[in-house]
Amino acid sequence: MKRMLLSLGVGTVLVAAAPAIAQDNDWSEIQRGLYLVRAGDCAACHTVKGQAPYSGGYSLETPFGTIYSANLTPDQDTGLGSWSEADFYRAMNEGISKDGSHLYPAFPYTHFTYATRDDIDAIFTYLNSLDPVRNRVPEPDLTWPLGWRFLMTGWNVMNFEDETFQPDPDRSEAYNRGKYLVEGLMHCGMCHSPKNVIGAEKGGDSRFTGGTAEGWLAPPLTGGPREGIGDWSEEDLVAFLKEGRNARTIAFGPMADVVKHSTQYMRDDDLQAIAAYIKALPENDDADAGETDEIDDDTQALGELIYATQCSACHASDGSGVAHMLPPLKGSSFVQADNPQSVVKLILEGGQGVATDQYPTQHAMPSFAWKLSDDEVAAVATFVRNAFGNQAPAVSAEEVADYRH
Amino acid sequence: MVKKLPPVDVVLVGFGWTGAIMAQELTDEGLNVLALERGVWRDTSTDFSVTNAQDEVRYRWRSELFEELSRNSLTFRNDRSQTALPMRKLGSFLPGTNVGGSGVHWNGLCWRFLPSDFNARSHNEDRYGPLPENMTVQDWGITYDELEPHYDKFEYLCGISGKAGNLNGEIQPGGNPFEGPRSRDYPNPPMEMVYGPTLFADAAANLGYHPFPTPSANMSQAYTNPLGVGLAPCTYCGFCEKFACGNYSKATAQTTILPVLMQKPNFTLRTESMVLRVLKSRDGQHARGVEYVDTNGDVYEQPADIVVLSAYVNHNVHLMLVSDIGEPYDPDTGQGAVGKNYAYQITSGVNLFYDDKVFNPFVGAGALGMIIDDFNGDNFDHTGLGFIGGGFLVQSQTNGRPIETHPTPEGTPRWGAGWKKAVRENYLSSISVGTHGAVMSHRGNYLDLDPTYRDVYGRPMLRMTFDFTDNEHRMSNYLTDRAVEIAKEMNPREMKVNRRTGHYSIVPYQTTHNTGGTIMGSNPRNSVVNKYLQSWDMPNLFVLGAGAFPQNPGYNPTGTVGALAYQAAQAIREQYLRAPGPLVQA
Amino acid sequence: MPKSSKTALDRRSFLRGSLVAAPAVLAAKPAEAREYGGDGGPWEPNAARPPTVAPVPSNQFFTDDERRFVTAAVDRLIPPDEEWPGAADLGVPDFLDDQLAGSFGRGDRWYMQGPWPKGTDTQGYQSRFAPAGLYRRAIAAIDDHCRSAFDGQRFAELSAEQQDDVLKGLDEETIELEGVSAKTFFDLFLQNTIEGFFGDPVHGGNRDMIAWKMIGFPGARYDNRPYVSRHNERLDLEPVSVAGMTAASIRGRKE
Repeated sequence: MKRMLLSLGVGTVLVAAAPAIAQDNDWSEIQRGLYLVRAGDCAACHTVKGQAPYSGGYSLETPFGTIYSANLTPDQDTGLGSWSEADFYRAMNEGISKDGSHLYPAFPYTHFTYATRDDIDAIFTYLNSLDPVRNRVPEPDLTWPLGWRFLMTGWNVMNFEDETFQPDPDRSEAYNRGKYLVEGLMHCGMCHSPKNVIGAEKGGDSRFTGGTAEGWLAPPLTGGPREGIGDWSEEDLVAFLKEGRNARTIAFGPMADVVKHSTQYMRDDDLQAIAAYIKALPENDDADAGETDEIDDDTQALGELIYATQCSACHASDGSGVAHMLPPLKGSSFVQADNPQSVVKLILEGGQGVATDQYPTQHAMPSFAWKLSDDEVAAVATFVRNAFGNQAPAVSAEEVADYRH
Repeated sequence: MVKKLPPVDVVLVGFGWTGAIMAQELTDEGLNVLALERGVWRDTSTDFSVTNAQDEVRYRWRSELFEELSRNSLTFRNDRSQTALPMRKLGSFLPGTNVGGSGVHWNGLCWRFLPSDFNARSHNEDRYGPLPENMTVQDWGITYDELEPHYDKFEYLCGISGKAGNLNGEIQPGGNPFEGPRSRDYPNPPMEMVYGPTLFADAAANLGYHPFPTPSANMSQAYTNPLGVGLAPCTYCGFCEKFACGNYSKATAQTTILPVLMQKPNFTLRTESMVLRVLKSRDGQHARGVEYVDTNGDVYEQPADIVVLSAYVNHNVHLMLVSDIGEPYDPDTGQGAVGKNYAYQITSGVNLFYDDKVFNPFVGAGALGMIIDDFNGDNFDHTGLGFIGGGFLVQSQTNGRPIETHPTPEGTPRWGAGWKKAVRENYLSSISVGTHGAVMSHRGNYLDLDPTYRDVYGRPMLRMTFDFTDNEHRMSNYLTDRAVEIAKEMNPREMKVNRRTGHYSIVPYQTTHNTGGTIMGSNPRNSVVNKYLQSWDMPNLFVLGAGAFPQNPGYNPTGTVGALAYQAAQAIREQYLRAPGPLVQA
Repeated sequence: MPKSSKTALDRRSFLRGSLVAAPAVLAAKPAEAREYGGDGGPWEPNAARPPTVAPVPSNQFFTDDERRFVTAAVDRLIPPDEEWPGAADLGVPDFLDDQLAGSFGRGDRWYMQGPWPKGTDTQGYQSRFAPAGLYRRAIAAIDDHCRSAFDGQRFAELSAEQQDDVLKGLDEETIELEGVSAKTFFDLFLQNTIEGFFGDPVHGGNRDMIAWKMIGFPGARYDNRPYVSRHNERLDLEPVSVAGMTAASIRGRKE
């Protein structure tokens, strides 16, 4: 077995041969930074699948053009190698790069500004401990006039407040910690709040009332029992963030990535704090969908037949699914969202659940795009949105056609 | 030019059930494991989902999940006087290809062999005297008790649905009273029965037999296995055996192991990689790795410290022969063991036709049925019967796929108006009682290399020489007679008895239960591998699968294939890695 | 699954060398080996393996004469009766045409290398011809046989009784064909005809799922749990095609 041991050893040697920058005795600082980097899900934008972690170059399609994420590794020329702690803090806190130019708000400094100097320094320490990777990311490709970075000054005047988090002494410690994470590093509002015409999150009562991410609906965190998570317990939320699923649903799409790269690594006390804060958000009463369209008999019959022959093998004839494996449709806020975009997209494209420690199986929904016509998708979507006690507006074939690529 | 790749700790040849088990176990041990699979990646939602899996023409008859004989087939003859000719299209058995292997399209009958099956020669000779001269049946070199924990592990991995008949020696009502003692019950309760099996169970009980539900790898309820992998409840869709499961409810490598294994950093799967031979060290005492070719025709040498053959039975035997490892079996002298004791399964059945009953055959699952084991193995007295071994009798409802399943009464023409009428009238109202019998090994049944035909890679193809012997015919007739008795008790309008007569034919589908050729045993003179499936000739070569069976008992093989793989993996983990070398002294 | 160990990841990338990025590169060249592992199996939205939809009518393989033979012959193998159409009306000739024009006709998955001595029945198919070649030669040989036996008439021109006699002769090997085995052809032809008759309509036969309706098979449904306990009860479920709610609907979309 000598060779076996040798072949194990060679790998280790190669790793050691990579230049080690971090030579301070800062293990605990690095671990704290790693935790925060994960809480912030930096990998989502700064790691490209198959490339070195945090070496950037991920393209973000925004309404205004394409932006490429920065190389966060400590490479001198193409990464953060020449940055100081203060440079990094300014970027996180004010959205201003080392050279003084404004960063585009696809980088969520509007949230990161909440984070404490201490936490941001830890993140910097962690990033500095990475192996430097040479990767020059492309310049952004934006529609005029947004390519002019100085115009960001105006954007910032309208949409940005530089405010480090201040705890509310009247609230619990958990609430305050949750708020710090949710509003700050975790930047949940980037997806779960609606955006205005210039790509900034709407504030006030609109906050956390739902948004979009990569073509999917990000459900309202303020929603009631029908469209939102109004009837989720804090335990439901904690389980969802930690395991990527609970008895009600399974994370897929962009949220699956969030669980995979971020929330599954978070401590239970932090997850409980997040849940405490989210559950304290104002809740809309959406139990009644209001006036829903009359569904004609043909559509109902078609939807029922499609459900019985195509869907119920996984989701069960009563919509109860299989807890933690195949999501229930009965009572699902996802299914009952007023906007049917995600339901239709999921039927067309399919979706894959996230793998976590406790639930390694990535049960997936197949794509029905090849199999069901627009009318058929509309009929079955309408059916599931109004069966099993669900309530939501009917879906038209035209809407389906819009989402079909 | 052969390109030499960086070495790995373990290379697996073939990535079905046994490859996945071995990979899971050895990566847990920290080894770097590489699986080479000739086929491609396949998974539930993308390749055989509820949207496209139920297509009888495509999957059953155009063989989408089965191996392509154009790459590598075998030649076949009934006896040595004949010239073996190629199996040009699939028939009698249907080996799989692609990730998950044949395990993707199995029925899911998951058995333990009887304790006496493991010492078939000594047990039968003790009880009935010497076996016939050319019956090359032998003991396995392992006992049921040794294998019990590994059966248990495989059953819990799979989430087998069933009812124990013997818990730690206590006979349990409703289970199989003949089975060996289990350390605990099945992980899931039995499947819910459709109508037909209940009629069979009632009739069998009336006759004094002991019906019990089929041990089934179809989930009777949602199940999370010890690896944390979740399986969904079976929906009785009727597209199970010969098909892949679309909703995660049949235990396969994909639904039990791969979700965990594929996440591991020390596991790599390389698909579209056809292993051509095992490479030997200069002194011939060790396996050095394997040579494989990709679909581009590029040939690679993959060095490895441990080589595991985890392909289908005939391919494992073929690799041993073309790599010139061990001594090929010689039927004249009885010397040599590679290719020895090829065996199979013998099946028969009775169709029952009713006027007043509806069975809805399409409400089915691969392993949905009621069984009696009263005539399996040595569960009954064979004195004066002229054969050893036996089989189980079953009323299964697997499918109503009409190209395959359209039974017609005795005397119905094969085509024309009479055929059409008979199919229409009997489709919903007929069932069958099947028998599933052992095939004992015989001196003249073996595998070697064909002198004439070559595979697409230029290697001589495997040659199968096989026929049923008197033992099989007598036994199968005996089982069929019992099936007829039970069928009569089930009171049909009429019956059609389908005995297995004459020579074995490679044409009609029977079972994908090919066994032997790399048999296990107590010493290198009578076997290819020891009880840990380790080659007697090369201690770093392990040969998994049903090739290890010295003869084929009357059960479906997968449960034992899984248990043996776990046993081999444990031996590598706990013994071989500490002291690489022979685990059993020759 | 969380991976906190940096060395584990790096060791992996060492072991796999440049192959870490290989799947993406190789995706464009499917002829080479692909690698998986370390981050779950591959999955992508919209990934699917739909059935291949046969054109109806299918005019890819048969000559006019061959189609006349096939249309007549499948209707003797599975004839129409008062209640239910026969194989020809259900599109079996289209099914056969589509099958023979493709992979099956070419015998892509069969072992087709010589030599080809005559074997025993137990050794199975030993024709040197893949299905397309076998049909082509056998149909011509049957029509030749008919012309000489029935005063210049081809098979399609014979009476139903005469056609049945010819088919019986092939089945029972009382008719020998020039250059091909009558029995080998007949067995394959019968099997393929049943496939077309009872197969999913997506493949061109079993028009409107009529053959399924005839026997009570509900087709490509996936959840029969509601019926397991309904012992001895006729269900009369509406059949569905694997291609969609009806085969016509997917065919319509495709065109």
